[in-house]
Amino acid sequence: MGNLKNITMYYFFKMLVFWVLKGPKKTINMALLALCCLSFHGKGIGQEVPVPIDQDSILPINLAEVIVIAPIYKDTEHRTYQKSLATLDGYLESSQKVSMIKRGAYAWEPMINDMASERLSVTIDGMRIFGACTDRMDPVTSYVDVSNLSNVHVASGQQGAKMGNAIGGALDMRLEKSGFVQTDWKSAVETGFESNNNARIYGYELNYASDSFYVDSDIIYRDADNYISGDGQEVAYSQFTKYNVSVNTGVKFSESQKLLASFIFDEAKDVGYPALPMDVSLARAFIGSLSWVQDTFLGNLYEWETKIYANSISHFMDDSQRPNVPIRMDMPGWSDTYGFYTQARLQSRGHKWLFKWDGFYNKSLAEMTMYPNNANEASMFMLTWPDVRTLNTGLFAENTLAFENSVLTIAGRISAQGTNVANEFGRNSLRIFYPSMEQIQARFLKSLSTEYRYNFKNVELVNGVSYGDRAPSVSEAFGFYLFNSFDNHDYIGDPNLKNEGALELTSKISLPFKNGKIGAVGNFFHTQNYILGEIDPTLSTMTIGADGVKIYRNLEYANLFNVSINGVWDMSKNLKYNGLVSYHRGVDQDSRNLPFISPLTYSTSFRYSLPKFSASLSLRGAADQVNFNSEFGEDRTSAYNVVSLSVAKTFFISDDRLDAQVGVENLFDTYYSTYTDWNNIPRMGRNIYLTLSYAIN
Amino acid sequence: MKTIKFLFVTLAVAILFNSCSDDNDDPVIVQENPLSEMNRLTTLSANNHTIELYSENTDFTVGYNMFYYRIKDESTDTYLSNAQITVNPLMHMTSMTHSCPKSAISKMEDDTIYMGYAVFQMPGNADEYWELNMEYTLDGETYAISERIDVGMPEDGFKRVQSFIGADDKRYIVAMIPFEPEVKVNAFSAMVFQMENMMNFPIVEGYTLGIDPRMPSMGNHSSPNNENLTFDSSTGKYNGKLSLTMTGYWKINLQLFNKQGDVLKGEPVTDENEASSLYFELEF
Repeated sequence: MGNLKNITMYYFFKMLVFWVLKGPKKTINMALLALCCLSFHGKGIGQEVPVPIDQDSILPINLAEVIVIAPIYKDTEHRTYQKSLATLDGYLESSQKVSMIKRGAYAWEPMINDMASERLSVTIDGMRIFGACTDRMDPVTSYVDVSNLSNVHVASGQQGAKMGNAIGGALDMRLEKSGFVQTDWKSAVETGFESNNNARIYGYELNYASDSFYVDSDIIYRDADNYISGDGQEVAYSQFTKYNVSVNTGVKFSESQKLLASFIFDEAKDVGYPALPMDVSLARAFIGSLSWVQDTFLGNLYEWETKIYANSISHFMDDSQRPNVPIRMDMPGWSDTYGFYTQARLQSRGHKWLFKWDGFYNKSLAEMTMYPNNANEASMFMLTWPDVRTLNTGLFAENTLAFENSVLTIAGRISAQGTNVANEFGRNSLRIFYPSMEQIQARFLKSLSTEYRYNFKNVELVNGVSYGDRAPSVSEAFGFYLFNSFDNHDYIGDPNLKNEGALELTSKISLPFKNGKIGAVGNFFHTQNYILGEIDPTLSTMTIGADGVKIYRNLEYANLFNVSINGVWDMSKNLKYNGLVSYHRGVDQDSRNLPFISPLTYSTSFRYSLPKFSASLSLRGAADQVNFNSEFGEDRTSAYNVVSLSVAKTFFISDDRLDAQVGVENLFDTYYSTYTDWNNIPRMGRNIYLTLSYAIN
Repeated sequence: MKTIKFLFVTLAVAILFNSCSDDNDDPVIVQENPLSEMNRLTTLSANNHTIELYSENTDFTVGYNMFYYRIKDESTDTYLSNAQITVNPLMHMTSMTHSCPKSAISKMEDDTIYMGYAVFQMPGNADEYWELNMEYTLDGETYAISERIDVGMPEDGFKRVQSFIGADDKRYIVAMIPFEPEVKVNAFSAMVFQMENMMNFPIVEGYTLGIDPRMPSMGNHSSPNNENLTFDSSTGKYNGKLSLTMTGYWKINLQLFNKQGDVLKGEPVTDENEASSLYFELEF
C-alpha cells in the first residue's frame, strides 16, 4: 500500500508541475495513465469482504439545505411550494440560505451567507465549473436547468469544503438520474406560460430504466420577452431565450460496479441584462462526466466513486442591441475546466471516514475589442482575463464519531493551487501594473472544521468552529480593466493578493413543540485579508464615463454575521405554516459596510395539501436596507412586501398523470427592488403562470 | 510491479515527446547580404563606386530615419570598409535651404556597413525637395555624390517629429525613435535637437520630455506607470517608459522641460485641455 501511495504522490506532483507548465492536452495523457495505474492497482488488492454499513447510526447532518427540484409528477410533497417550471434561479431564490444577485431576468448569481461566486464553490454533481464572463453574467447555475436536476445541495461555510476551497459555502447541483430500477420507458411533456413577460416553456423527457441499464434524456426550451415591473413600465433588455439538452446514462457491470455518464448542452441566446450596459448574444456550455462507482474498494473502503469530467463554456457579450453607446464593444470569454475526483468511505471502531482526492484544471480567457467611432482608426484590443490556467488539487477527509446523544464531525482539506498566466500579451498587460509579476505562482489552501451536534429530548443543538481559506479568483488576481456598472468603476486585479481566510462560528438550535418546530441558526465569519476593490485615485479610467479605477486589495479583516429564525407549524393535518426571519450584517475593520449584505428579511407561507390538490399563500418582504455601501453604488433600498399564491391539481387519465398548476406572483403588482438588484432594477410586477405536466407511464 | 515499471517507462517517454514538441528550433539563416532584411531605398553611382542606401522603412519618410550604407568598388566587386563618410541632407525650399538633425556616420560590427540617422522635419513637394549630399574619403581621396530624394509623410500620416519655437525663443526639433508598440510597458525613446542655424542641429542635453499617453477615441484615458524621458549622454537619446494598456490609436502628449524644469513647449492634459500642442501619435 505504501508503494501505491508513493506512486500516486509521484504522479500527482508530476502532473501538477507539468500541467501548470505545459497546458492541458499533454497532461491529459498523463492523468489517464495515472488513473489507469490506480484502478489497475486497486483491482488487485481490493478483494476483502466489506464491513456491513450501518447507515442509521449517524444522525442526519442537516445544517445543509436541500432544495428539491425534481419534476412535479415525481414529487407530490413539494409541488405546491414551487412554481414547477420556474427557472433554477427561481428555485434557488426560494431557498433559505441562498440569495440571488440579479442583473436581469436571467442568469442570477447565487450568494450564500451574503457571499457570491468567488467565495463559493458551485458544482454540478461534484464537477467544478467556472463562468466565462468577466462581468459575472453567467454564473454556473445558468448552464443547467431544472429539467436536469433532482436537487441542489447547499452547504454553509466550511461545511462545503468537500466540494472545494471556499469561504461562503458550497452549492452542488445534483443531476436527476433514474437509477437501476425496473421502470421501463417513461416520458413526460411539460409546458408553461407566464403572463408578465410572455414566457413560453416547453419540456420533454424520455427515460428508460432496467436493473442493469438506464438512460434519462430531457430537453427544455424557454423563451421570454421583456418583463413589466410593478409600475407598469416595460423593463427594456430583460428578454431571454434558452434551451438545454441533457442525457444521463448508467450501466451496471455487476451488483457492485457501475459506470455512469452524463452530458449537458446548454445554450442561451439574446439574453438581455437591463442592469448592465451590455447583453449576451450567446452563452454556450458543454458539460460531460464519466464516473465509476464501486460498492467496495481496497479492503475496508466502501462507496468508492471516481469521476472524470470536462466542461467548456463560450460566452459572447456585446452591445449590438443597444442604440446609444459611447463606443461599440465585444467582450467574449471562454472557460474550460477538466477535473476528477475519487472518494471512498471507511468505517472503523465507531469512526466513519470519508476520503476524497480531487483536482481540476481551468483555463480562463476573456478579451475586449472596442470599435472607435472613427472607422479609419484601428480597433482597440485588450485581454481582460489573460488566459489564466489554474490547477488545483486537494485532499479532503471527514471523520464522524457518534456518541450516545451526540455526533462529532471533524473535516479537513488541504489543496495546492498553481496558476499560470499563459498568454504573453496578457502577462505584459499586467506587468504594466506589476512589473515583477511571476508567470507562475503557487498557493496552499486549507480548511479545518469541527461540528458538534447534540440531541436531548428532541432538542437539537449544533455548534461548529471552522477555518478555511481561498485563493483570489481570476478577476481578483488577474482581471484587467473590468467595468463594474454598479459602482461605475473599472477593476484591476492584483496577482500579489494574499489568500482570504475566514474563521467561522456556527450555532444552531432546534426546539420542537406540539405540532411544530422552531429553530435558530447563526453564523459569524471573521475574514482576514477580505478581498474587495479599493479606489486608486492615481489611475485613469478606461471605460468612458466611469468614475474611477479600483484595485482588488486585502482588507485587514471583515466581519459577517447572519442569523435566522425559522418556524414550522402543522396547524392541521393538511395545513402547514412556515415562517422565516433573517438578519445580516457585514462590516470591515473600519466599520464600513460591506456590499450586498441583506437587510432584515422575512417570509411566511401557508400550505394546504390534499392527495390530489394543493394550495399555497406566501408573503415575503424586507425592511429598509439601512446598512449599505455607497462606495459600491448601493443606496437605501426601500422595504417591500410581496404576496404570491398558487393552486395545483392532479388528474389521472387511465395510467397517465396530468398535473396542472396556476399561480400569481406579486399579487398586488408591487413596484419594488431588493438589495440584490444590480443598479436597483425593478422586479417583475404581477405575473400569472400556468404549467401543465403530462407523464406517460 | 512489472506493470508499474512499464507505466513508468511509458510515462517517461510521453513526457519526453511532449516536452520536445513545444520547442521552437530557430534555424540559423545564413545570409549573403547582411542587409537583406532591410529595404534598399536608393543606389548612388559615381567614381566607379556604387553606394547602396538601406532603411527599415520602404521610403524616405518624415521623422527619424536610420540609414545603412555600403560602398561597393565596381572594379573589384567588393564592399569597402575603409571609408570615411559624411552625409548632409539639404532641403531646398523656395526661399531658403536648410539641413536637418543628423548623426555622424559610424561603422557597424560588419565593417562594410556604415550607419547614421537623419531626422526629416518636413516632406518634399513639387517645388521643394530634399537632396542627399554625401562625401566619402577613400585612401586619402574625397569623393562627393548628391541625389534628390523624395521624402514623404508616413503612410499613416501620424506625427513622429515636431519642430517648434520654445518658450525660450529657441527653435527645437523633437523626434520619436520608431519602435514596435505592444500592450506592455514599452521602452520609449526620443531625441531633442536645437536648431542653431540652418545647418546646425546639435543634440540638446539634460532636458526632460514629459509624456502622457492618451486614447482620444476612448474617453481620452491615460495609462499608469509611464516614465518621463530623460537624457542618456552615452547615446544622446531621451529614454523613458511608455505603458500602453490596449491596442489602437494613442496620442503621446509631450511637454519639454529645460534643466530648470521650466516648460518650453506643451501643456498638461486636463479635463479642459484634451491634448498638448506637442505630441507624437502611434497606432497598432
